[in-house]
Amino acid sequence: MNMTKAEYGRYVESMAEKSALVKNMALSFVMGGLICVVGQIFSNLYMGAGLSKDAASTATSVTMIFWGALLTALNLYDDMAKVGKAGTIIPITGFANSIVSPAMEFKSEGLVLGLAAKMFVVAGPVLVYGVVSSVIYGLIVLLVHHIR
Amino acid sequence: MGSRKGKCMVFERPPVLRAAASVVGKKEGEGPLGHCFDVVNEDAYFGEKTWEKAEASLQRTSAGLAMQKAELAPTQVDVVLAGDLINQCTPSTFGLVEFGIPFIGLFGACSTCAEGLAVGAALLNAGYAKTALCVTSSHFSTAERQFRMPLAYGAQRPPTAQWTVTGSGAFVLDAGMPAKSGEICIRAALVGKPVDMGIVDANNMGAAMAPAACDSIQQFLQDMDCTPASFDLIATGDLGALGYGIVKDLLGRDGLVLDNVYDDCGLMIFDRETQEVEAGASGCACSAVVLAGHLLQQLREGILNNVLLVGTGALMSPTSFQQGESIVGIAHCVWLSRQP
Repeated sequence: MNMTKAEYGRYVESMAEKSALVKNMALSFVMGGLICVVGQIFSNLYMGAGLSKDAASTATSVTMIFWGALLTALNLYDDMAKVGKAGTIIPITGFANSIVSPAMEFKSEGLVLGLAAKMFVVAGPVLVYGVVSSVIYGLIVLLVHHIR
Repeated sequence: MGSRKGKCMVFERPPVLRAAASVVGKKEGEGPLGHCFDVVNEDAYFGEKTWEKAEASLQRTSAGLAMQKAELAPTQVDVVLAGDLINQCTPSTFGLVEFGIPFIGLFGACSTCAEGLAVGAALLNAGYAKTALCVTSSHFSTAERQFRMPLAYGAQRPPTAQWTVTGSGAFVLDAGMPAKSGEICIRAALVGKPVDMGIVDANNMGAAMAPAACDSIQQFLQDMDCTPASFDLIATGDLGALGYGIVKDLLGRDGLVLDNVYDDCGLMIFDRETQEVEAGASGCACSAVVLAGHLLQQLREGILNNVLLVGTGALMSPTSFQQGESIVGIAHCVWLSRQP
């Protein structure tokens, strides 16, 4: 076999079966959309029950976190991801899935070093860089206000 | 005494594969080879509390069963060679500790079955042991959690991903008596060398291992003065659809046409159309249970007479993968032959 690593990489690329991008994107769109529709229904219900818009969106987030966590615990969320592809990654339910699934998985290493420590193994980076970027954004807003 | 032909170990008194046992999980039992396995367990935990204990239990069961079939007590086995995919091979040690057999731990990733048979045969042929037990296992859930994502996480599997086989295969090698007619022995083996072709995608192990398989197959055929037609079957361990295609194509370019004699254990154990395994199967247990349950049966019945098992392994760790290191492939060849 006379190939360099780079040539072999290109060769493998040409031989490998590609992901069905169009189909996957369409399924993601439908699944992501469905999850959002469910969220919207809860939001409308809460507003109909007399909550302000802000309070209703907070209550909706909490509700969606609950459903994401429950479906993960029942081993149904990963089945949804099989059908609905990346549509299940969307914030709130996907985030709940990413925290509950390692918590379940690493429970066998104990409540402290397993469940609690490994809980953020997937979501941790999102939290860290989310907080860091919000701090940077806040500083920029502050500076812009001062200059004005 | 043994001898060497090129890089191959040739066994002058070929060790006999006295008995073999295969234990698998539910999904493997539902596959096309489901009827071939000794034990199919519906419970993925195998009655244990953790996945790791389940994998240890797999090894205990297959090893016990293989010794029972060979009518041997653990005290009559001189050495056990075992390995798996999990950090420091704990399923092997925890699974086999109660037998009290002198233990050699092996790490060859998914090539462990072939590695164990090669090293075991060499020990027997050299006279350092009369009876050896070779055991290996893998479990979908222990491998996923060590190398990839939590099971309940909605991760996506690309078409090149492979499904780790839940199972364990055990083999009793015996050098006590020469092979009788119809018995299966190990004639020769080649210890493969690590090959790094720069593949970094942990969801594309087939492509990472294929160059090593090509290298070892070519080396073995050349050293042993064989052609692909010398074998009824050349079976790679777990290359999956992509790796299988690459081996066929690359060896074809070098003038080695494998055509009808070549298959991959990773393509035999599951039905890719219906079992959602993408490119096929992988894991130490893949080649081990296909050999123990299916290929040895075909050898015993004389449907196959000469089989070249090419155990393929992807040498990597979760740390090496996260540090961006490439996946090193390896392939060991074992020539299994039915005594005429």
